[in-house]
Amino acid sequence: MTGEILIADDIEVVYGARKGLFGAAKPGVKVLHGVSLRIGRGETVGIVGESGSGKTTLGRALLRLVDVATGQIRFDGAEITRMPEAAMRPLRRRMQLIFQDPMASLNPRHSIRRIVSEPMLFHAVARDAVDAEIRARAIFDRFSLPAACLDRYPHELSGGQRQRVGIARAALLAPDFVLADEIVSGLDVSTQAQVLNLLKGLTRDLGLSMAFISHDLSVIRAICDRVYVLRNGRIVEEGGCEEIFASPKSEYTRALLDAIPLPRIDPGWLARGSGVADAVEENGAK
Amino acid sequence: MSEPVLAASHLSAVSDRDRAVILHDVSLEVRRGETRGLVGESGAGKSTIAKAILGILPRTVRITGGAVRFEGVDLMTMPTHARRRLIGEKIALIPQDPLTALNPSRRIEAQLTDGLRLQRGLDTRAARARGLALLDEVQIQAPERVLRSFPHELSGGMRQRVLIASAFALEPRLIVADEPTTALDVTVQKQILRLIRAMQSAHGTAVLFVTHDLGVVAQICDSVTLLFAGRVVEAGRTADLLTAPRRPYTRALIEASPRYDRPDAGLRPIPDEVVAGLRAELAASNQASP
Amino acid sequence: MTTAAAPRASANWLRACASDIRVVAGGGFILVLLVLALGAPWIAPKDPLEQDLILGATPPFGFAGAEPGYWFGTDDLGRDALSRVIYGSRVALTVAFAASFLATTLGAALGLLAGWYRGWIDATISRLVEIWMAFPPVLLSILLVAVIGPGVGSVIAAIAIIDWTRFCRVVRAETMGQAQSDYVTAARVIGFPQMRILIREIFPNVIPVLIALTSLEMGIAVIVEAILSFVGLSVSSDVPTWGGMIAQGRQILHQGWWVLLAPLVALFLTVLAFNLLGEGLRRALDPVMRR
Repeated sequence: MTGEILIADDIEVVYGARKGLFGAAKPGVKVLHGVSLRIGRGETVGIVGESGSGKTTLGRALLRLVDVATGQIRFDGAEITRMPEAAMRPLRRRMQLIFQDPMASLNPRHSIRRIVSEPMLFHAVARDAVDAEIRARAIFDRFSLPAACLDRYPHELSGGQRQRVGIARAALLAPDFVLADEIVSGLDVSTQAQVLNLLKGLTRDLGLSMAFISHDLSVIRAICDRVYVLRNGRIVEEGGCEEIFASPKSEYTRALLDAIPLPRIDPGWLARGSGVADAVEENGAK
Repeated sequence: MSEPVLAASHLSAVSDRDRAVILHDVSLEVRRGETRGLVGESGAGKSTIAKAILGILPRTVRITGGAVRFEGVDLMTMPTHARRRLIGEKIALIPQDPLTALNPSRRIEAQLTDGLRLQRGLDTRAARARGLALLDEVQIQAPERVLRSFPHELSGGMRQRVLIASAFALEPRLIVADEPTTALDVTVQKQILRLIRAMQSAHGTAVLFVTHDLGVVAQICDSVTLLFAGRVVEAGRTADLLTAPRRPYTRALIEASPRYDRPDAGLRPIPDEVVAGLRAELAASNQASP
Repeated sequence: MTTAAAPRASANWLRACASDIRVVAGGGFILVLLVLALGAPWIAPKDPLEQDLILGATPPFGFAGAEPGYWFGTDDLGRDALSRVIYGSRVALTVAFAASFLATTLGAALGLLAGWYRGWIDATISRLVEIWMAFPPVLLSILLVAVIGPGVGSVIAAIAIIDWTRFCRVVRAETMGQAQSDYVTAARVIGFPQMRILIREIFPNVIPVLIALTSLEMGIAVIVEAILSFVGLSVSSDVPTWGGMIAQGRQILHQGWWVLLAPLVALFLTVLAFNLLGEGLRRALDPVMRR
């Protein structure tokens, strides 16, 4: 038994490629250029990157939601890179996803009760509807969500409540691994703090492994043990939070840190040049 | 002391739909060359103030009291046509979403020089020359090519630079920046903040900077007005507000922001009693000053 | 437990429907028409087929020469126009409901499959739709009925066979759009089988568009049926239809304009009602728009 729950080995993802059965073959656009990462049991790993870095694609590839062109993905020792969907099904319960936009990730025509209990019944985590209800109420209580929310529809909840419902749906399946994709970027700081604390408690109590995708290094620092810095589909730096934040090795990581405005008075911040950051922005076209 | 460029005094607004109070007795000033941050969580009323200044309030929002004076003239009672001329010429906007703010089917040149041709009466050639100079000022490397481009051919940071150039085109007295960097990556954000700062000091413009990010406020604003539920919680110089907040809510908001430099600090949710206390306090002060 | 939520949800959209003027007006009119059609033998004041040559071409109520009891007047054969309009609604509504039900079912099923599974299924269905839509619809329906033979059944079949493409195209596009949304990804992450995601997650979100379209289709079916009756390809000529009345009214326009006007107004109001109902329902059934 390895110490890792999830291993990605040199994976590449290409969008829009076509085999060319009748028409000409299309090469497509390569989004990930050989990314390798490992996520240990009980570990929270941050994946940081700016728009276009491929962080969302990486997350989707880890969960087998997009196909990889080359490379290997192993979940709990099993190779899942090209596993058929039917064989994946029992594993699906064990690897869950929390979305950036909770409104979009909850079916607008289903009640919250249906949204959280159907997955439990499908995977036989709950014996029956009554059992599912008990479990749902317990976790709602823990997340300070009123039980009355169960009767509501997604659009009737607040942004923070919806995000907690999204987390509850994943947590109720008792997964081993959770991928959190930019889950606090749309929230106010106070709600952000609540959601992050809730997630922190959850990973600790359930011994969950988590990959936490974000563009915000401050948030990563608050919740992660280890970080991968992604840029243009490649990992440019990896390491423990302590080291990376204390002494980033890559110039890009340093530029990212320098660019974060902190709520403290720092008269030199704006003028402080970060050569890399200026080079980062393509001057001209996209 | 010079007269402020913009002065909102005792501004109140309600929603016609559900009678909810959107703004209550809000006063703030922006002086020449000053950047005033307008901060608050979602629903605090910051964008309502920006919209009231620009005259683009939704029909359902009604101003019930107070005044917004621009260089001494009340914008609220001004005739519509005079106000329309003022906005665009003396008051400009840097919007949040640089993509939807630009017309996808017109070239940058046409959109950037609209004001120069219509308001200043420049001919095409002169407008083009001025457009090139503006793009140069916002540090765009290949201004000729950008002028010929359509918005979708530019990156988010480039579009925002174009919009900043366009905001400064007519040398306005006041710029309302409505979350201008929220949609951008941090590295691009820093450059845009730097650019807004540089343009502002070169032109002596007053800037009202609407944002939810106290970090951005700390780095770019001289003074700040913090809103909660449509009311002013605290206002003053940025340094004072951040280092010696007078209200517990202000302190709690600062402590809720994640800090990569201090992993032990930050990320503390605002305690319920702080919010409850603030609500009670604000309600009490409303009765004191009707 | 799950049932506890159901009444609340249904009460919600019922209330939303009831507060929409379009649903109330359009639905109300259709409901009245439905009652008239079902109860025609008891409601219609006269026998629609009974001829009385002495009363030929009597003007409607309120005009010089009107006969009491003949509210809409009579045609050249002395048949009561009001009774004929009421009886004509039977054919109109039968065709409207049956044809649009068939077209909806066929089109939606194929559209869902094409939009969700893509690949060769989509390619096949989409080519079929393109070829289908290249034929002029009214001409095709006349041709079809001429081949199958006249009768209500043929009219219904002809309309369904022609108009399913309308549903297929819209439902396919809508399904493809919904398939991109996060809630579908969420369902994939949970591990739900493809068919279950299509039917239980995506389909409910396609329903509002479908309802609007079905209601519009009922209006279209009423018109197509009238056209086919007009050219004499619908039911046999002894059954009163609006299209048949229009054809007859056109011929005797100089004797009595009302013979043409009555079925035209009935046709116009019915199509308008279906359109209003469709638009109103689409809005009322959308949980986000409803707010």
